[in-house]
Amino acid sequence: MNKKLSTTALGLIMALGVTAAEAKTLVFCSEGSPEGFNPSLYTAGTTFDASSRQVFNKLVEFTTGTTNIEPGLAESWEVSDDGLEYTFHLRQGVKWQTTEGFTPSREFNADDVVFSFARQWDKEHPYHGVSGGSYEYFNGMSMPDLIKDIVKVDDYTVKFVLNRPEAPMIANLAMDFASILSAEYADKMMEAGSPEKVDLEPVGTGPFQVVAYQKDAVIRFKAHPDYWRGKADIDNLIFAITPDASVRYQKLKAGECHVMPYPNPADLEAMGSDPDINLLQQEGLNVGYLAYNSQMAPFDNPKVRKALNMAINKEAIIDGVFQGAGKVAKNPIPPTIWSYNENTEDDAYDPEAAKAMLAEAGVTNLKTSVWAMPVQRPYNPNARRMAELIQADWAKIGVEAEIVSFEWGEYLERSKDVNRDGAVLLGWTGDNGDPDNFLAVLLGCDAVGGANRAQWCYQPFEDLIQEAKTVSDHDKRAEIYQEAQVVFKEQAPWATIAHSVVFKPVRKEVKNFKIDPFGGHVFYGVDIEE
Amino acid sequence: MFRFLVTRLAYLIPTFFGITILAFAFIRLLPGDPVTLLAGERGVTPERHALLMIQFGFDKPAWQQYFYYIADVLQGDLGKSVVTKQPVLQEFFTLFPATLELSFCAIVFAVVIGLPAGVVAAVKRGTWFDHTLMGVALTGYSMPIFWWALILIILFSTPPLSWTPVSGRIDILYYFDHPTGFMLIDSLLSGEKGAFTSALRHLILPTIALGTIPLAIIARQTRSAMLEVLSEDYVRTARAKGLPPWRIVGLHALRNALIPVITVIGLSVGVLLAGAILTETIFAWPGIGKWMVDSISRRDYPSVQGGLLLIAGIVMIVNLTVDLFYGLINPRIRHRR
Repeated sequence: MNKKLSTTALGLIMALGVTAAEAKTLVFCSEGSPEGFNPSLYTAGTTFDASSRQVFNKLVEFTTGTTNIEPGLAESWEVSDDGLEYTFHLRQGVKWQTTEGFTPSREFNADDVVFSFARQWDKEHPYHGVSGGSYEYFNGMSMPDLIKDIVKVDDYTVKFVLNRPEAPMIANLAMDFASILSAEYADKMMEAGSPEKVDLEPVGTGPFQVVAYQKDAVIRFKAHPDYWRGKADIDNLIFAITPDASVRYQKLKAGECHVMPYPNPADLEAMGSDPDINLLQQEGLNVGYLAYNSQMAPFDNPKVRKALNMAINKEAIIDGVFQGAGKVAKNPIPPTIWSYNENTEDDAYDPEAAKAMLAEAGVTNLKTSVWAMPVQRPYNPNARRMAELIQADWAKIGVEAEIVSFEWGEYLERSKDVNRDGAVLLGWTGDNGDPDNFLAVLLGCDAVGGANRAQWCYQPFEDLIQEAKTVSDHDKRAEIYQEAQVVFKEQAPWATIAHSVVFKPVRKEVKNFKIDPFGGHVFYGVDIEE
Repeated sequence: MFRFLVTRLAYLIPTFFGITILAFAFIRLLPGDPVTLLAGERGVTPERHALLMIQFGFDKPAWQQYFYYIADVLQGDLGKSVVTKQPVLQEFFTLFPATLELSFCAIVFAVVIGLPAGVVAAVKRGTWFDHTLMGVALTGYSMPIFWWALILIILFSTPPLSWTPVSGRIDILYYFDHPTGFMLIDSLLSGEKGAFTSALRHLILPTIALGTIPLAIIARQTRSAMLEVLSEDYVRTARAKGLPPWRIVGLHALRNALIPVITVIGLSVGVLLAGAILTETIFAWPGIGKWMVDSISRRDYPSVQGGLLLIAGIVMIVNLTVDLFYGLINPRIRHRR
């Protein structure tokens, strides 16, 4: 960092009451303001970065930089043989943060766990409606149907009773919405008549605590001195909210921030050759696909779908649309997820063979449409361009495709329709790193007319993913999912197009920053070397 | 003068209602609704969608929603944001001082440079100065703000020059309270060494980026107004009387040429607020421009309605003030009644 930072740092150090002379400050140029500071109420990545990923802990957590689960506030857990009861043994001696508005009188215990989930689950809970409570992830992960009861066994034991076995349950509890909030703070704020403060001025057990927030400008955190994993290496963490990607890059170059998310693809080359910047990269936890309507002729014939897949030149798409920041996808799940099947074979690009296969299936003069999303998403930076490339590829085998597009909300609605015509470009970013989160959510029979844009309900595949839900043995589950991927490939309800590659430029003095597969930014464990 | 004021104020009432209807209808005409957009790819079940729409009150017929809305507005309640669940009025006034501070600096910048430049161009009509100035003004007027802003940043904020900071309102490491919301004032009040200078330095590039278009308009308008006035009889009379040229130009001509210029300055408040959307996004300036864009793309009905209403209100008040100013500047308007 330059001189300007170190001289003005002094003012900050005094303001924050940090005594150490060489307080370390890390500045993150974040892309936008959080919606609030309670991760269960909101869905945006900016909210999670500002709350669950710095301020709170969960019962179980993802090891930073991976989709593997490790113990968090729960030291250990057991699952009953029928898969219906999850018993968590909680960590002792975990201290809550002391903030301007709250001084904790006790350590973390089972009451906090029960409060955090009961608020979302129990419609009669006094906190359920606070801050316009709508718990989109809790609902989206089917928690209301899944949970039968949440029981406090003793101060350090909590039991979740389920209505049906659900193997991804543990992974669900590592998600942002499952953050543990302080029941004592909530009670105090309720008494004071300002319950919504719980969601605006957060108190957690995590590595950083919020000091101040100015909308669209800055969020200030300081290290939680009594963090149970040990105090963070950096003393102050600052989010400088900077919405424009080119400007974020200029700030990084000028030394006004240390880490920036979402660079412009056009800037990557310059970043890579800048000696002050480390350009980190990792495949994203996402997939971009083209979903046929498998209930509509001639797309109800797997051969036709397969032929169309073979006509698409995916390498050209990676070059033209992703500008290299992508990888060809062959499976419906990304390689960062466990159970990814290395051995499935992708449909090779071969227009001649594709043409012959179409003729064999008795399809001539096929006219259809390709749907292009109107927005930029991580799994598809330019759907219009992608659709044009596919249109041109298909024209070579005599298939005439028209490109259609709608406003984003309309697009999402209309593409769900079982009677919809044409193939839809869309994608998915994983929530919990569990294969079920892709395979069941996007390709299961229940999701037809919803998130299953291929309207694909194929019994052999469905049996596999349903079986995998009930098995708690990890290796056995992985085996089932690998088989499911083979079935998927044979039937080809989608053309799997690409997984994006995530780039994270950080300044060279930043140490140990790891790319989070879930798209978040975790600053515990990160250090700055002067 | 009093009757003039009352008539002008009376005009504001139908305008206000017109704006509420426009603001209300405009955001609802866009396809998509806040619930669907918040859910994204993940989707939301039809039952839950219906439930949330009821919670937000968007299930009622539009006319009924409008009347509830007007009733609330008249009581000073602009509703709560669908996304952040915070009161719209509070969000607006947290962010507004930043926009006001930037717009004020931009307009001062535009007037201080544009006005004299226009006068000189008119006096030296047809010279190389005039041609150059009008050429530059046309370029400034046609330049896209986002491009101009980025060029400024790349030139002045990154190595090798590094004269100005890239973005933000003040060096990130200054941390003090913001009682007024105006960074220049708050930084002085804070008593922190160097804070005011830092705030000032952060204002330079955004002010130039936002002020360039109004500057060009003002320079061109001043020039043409001056040319017109300089050919008037009273100017010839003044010349014939042997008054020194600076008195003719500076007092007699400029004063009368100011009327159209002031109109343009008043109207450019609207231009500034529109330009603020881009300028604020690029310079990470926490004002209302960026906030409005986000609200529109999320179909945050209450924020868009409230924001439009407040911005329209401000533009109306500024233009009313400009109308009143005419009288002060030009006795021919003051005495005509």
